[in-house]
Amino acid sequence: MTKHLLSVADLDDDALRSVLSTATEMHDVQHRAVKKIPTLRGRTVINLFFEDSTRTRSSFEIAGKWMSADTINITGKGSSASKGESLRDTVRTIAAMGVDAIVMRHQASGAAHQVAGWFDESGVATSVLNAGDGTHEHPTQALLDAYTLERRLGTLEGKRIAIVGDVTHSRVFRSNVLALPRLGAHVTVVAPPTLMPSGVASWAATDGFALADDLDEVIDSGVDALMMLRVQRERMAGGFFPTPREYTVGYGLTRDRLTALTARNPEAVICHPGPMNRGLEIAADAADAASSLVLDQVSAGVAVRMSVLYHLLASDGSVEGSAA
Amino acid sequence: MCPDSPPPQATDHPPADREVLSAGDISRALRRIAHEVVERNKGAGNVVLLGIPSRGVELARRLGDLIAEIEGSEVPVGSLDVTMYRDDLRGRPTKTPHQTHFPSAGVDDRVVVLVDDVLYSGRTVRAALDALADYGRPRSVRLAVLVDRGHRELPIRADHVGKNLPTSHSERVTVRLTGHDDVEDSVTISRGER
Repeated sequence: MTKHLLSVADLDDDALRSVLSTATEMHDVQHRAVKKIPTLRGRTVINLFFEDSTRTRSSFEIAGKWMSADTINITGKGSSASKGESLRDTVRTIAAMGVDAIVMRHQASGAAHQVAGWFDESGVATSVLNAGDGTHEHPTQALLDAYTLERRLGTLEGKRIAIVGDVTHSRVFRSNVLALPRLGAHVTVVAPPTLMPSGVASWAATDGFALADDLDEVIDSGVDALMMLRVQRERMAGGFFPTPREYTVGYGLTRDRLTALTARNPEAVICHPGPMNRGLEIAADAADAASSLVLDQVSAGVAVRMSVLYHLLASDGSVEGSAA
Repeated sequence: MCPDSPPPQATDHPPADREVLSAGDISRALRRIAHEVVERNKGAGNVVLLGIPSRGVELARRLGDLIAEIEGSEVPVGSLDVTMYRDDLRGRPTKTPHQTHFPSAGVDDRVVVLVDDVLYSGRTVRAALDALADYGRPRSVRLAVLVDRGHRELPIRADHVGKNLPTSHSERVTVRLTGHDDVEDSVTISRGER
């Protein structure tokens, strides 16, 4: 495994499989009386979040604490960045304190790559973990999605997964299409033409996913999982759809579509990375349905982040298959 | 040695593996350990066997079958992975942990017998004791190993040993088990750091 985790593409097939496999063992820690293992004792992890977050930040914090690392949270508003300090100075100041890893969320796409590049150039040993950079990537979200789906569906080999919604602004989508096809899933990306990124057709051909713009047709064709994306209105400068109502009619997981989904495949499941816009991209009935894995995703998030921290920080970085 | 055979010559190649325990030896050693566990415990009523992955799990399963045969009742068997508790994670490749599986009865107030294939530095057993303490509080913990090759780095000893095998650090002890390695049971020793 590489020193940093900036993209799902940083993981080769062995590392990807090892992260998911290790997460299974980490998941057991959540059910123990003593939720603590000594694996990262003496390591320090800084969660540096320039964007608001509930689940990702607390998930990383819990993951670090359960592995006995010292974890510290810094938010953009409470840091020297609000006094005008540059990102470079902020992260180099933190790294100079001898921290082992910076878990970073930033509103700018490529910010984590930039920081990792600065560290590598100047020989700083601190690892950088991308916890979401703008509209670019969110690798641990894709890993926890894959883990959650594998846990419920048994395997992703041959499974049909539709990723639906605001694709243009979604780092969750970008990381998921790098992970799910490599695990054997048939991925279809469904979005209104205005919310499809430009050049997505050639990208789909390279990474092995299909494109569609009619959600009802995709549901009728039979899917094993629907991954609904959040409509990111805070990132929308222009009009990407006429009204929220029109978006819901075309691309929301409404009660009618939930009925159609389960009628076609009673085992089909629903995912959403959260936070959910209930009534916009997902109806309350769907969010709370028995087939909804939303809370399973949250729970899996801690296990997957423990696994990632273990792979990045516990040893020298290469992966060995056996613990014998 | 045959009088016509050439004298031994120095070679860069390590000598071939030398078998120190055959399938029959391993079977007899496990049967003896099973009897020792029952005798020491005055029965098997409160015993839980926990194998340390990977080959310790197969050995624990076999010991469980043997104790059930001796006592006429099932013995809970599980596995305890110690990867996350090792003190030598740094400077080595990342190991993917094996599964930890505890019998539904748990370990509280039980006599836990940890089972492993080779006892060497003792660091794996130390990690197992730490891991076990996070899962519960056994009444006592014992250790059964197929081979004790010496060179302890911690004050740890086994309660039940299949074979004491004096070795040098430069030798490698390899345990192969049917059901795990898809070859006949054997314990071999060869030159080369383990």
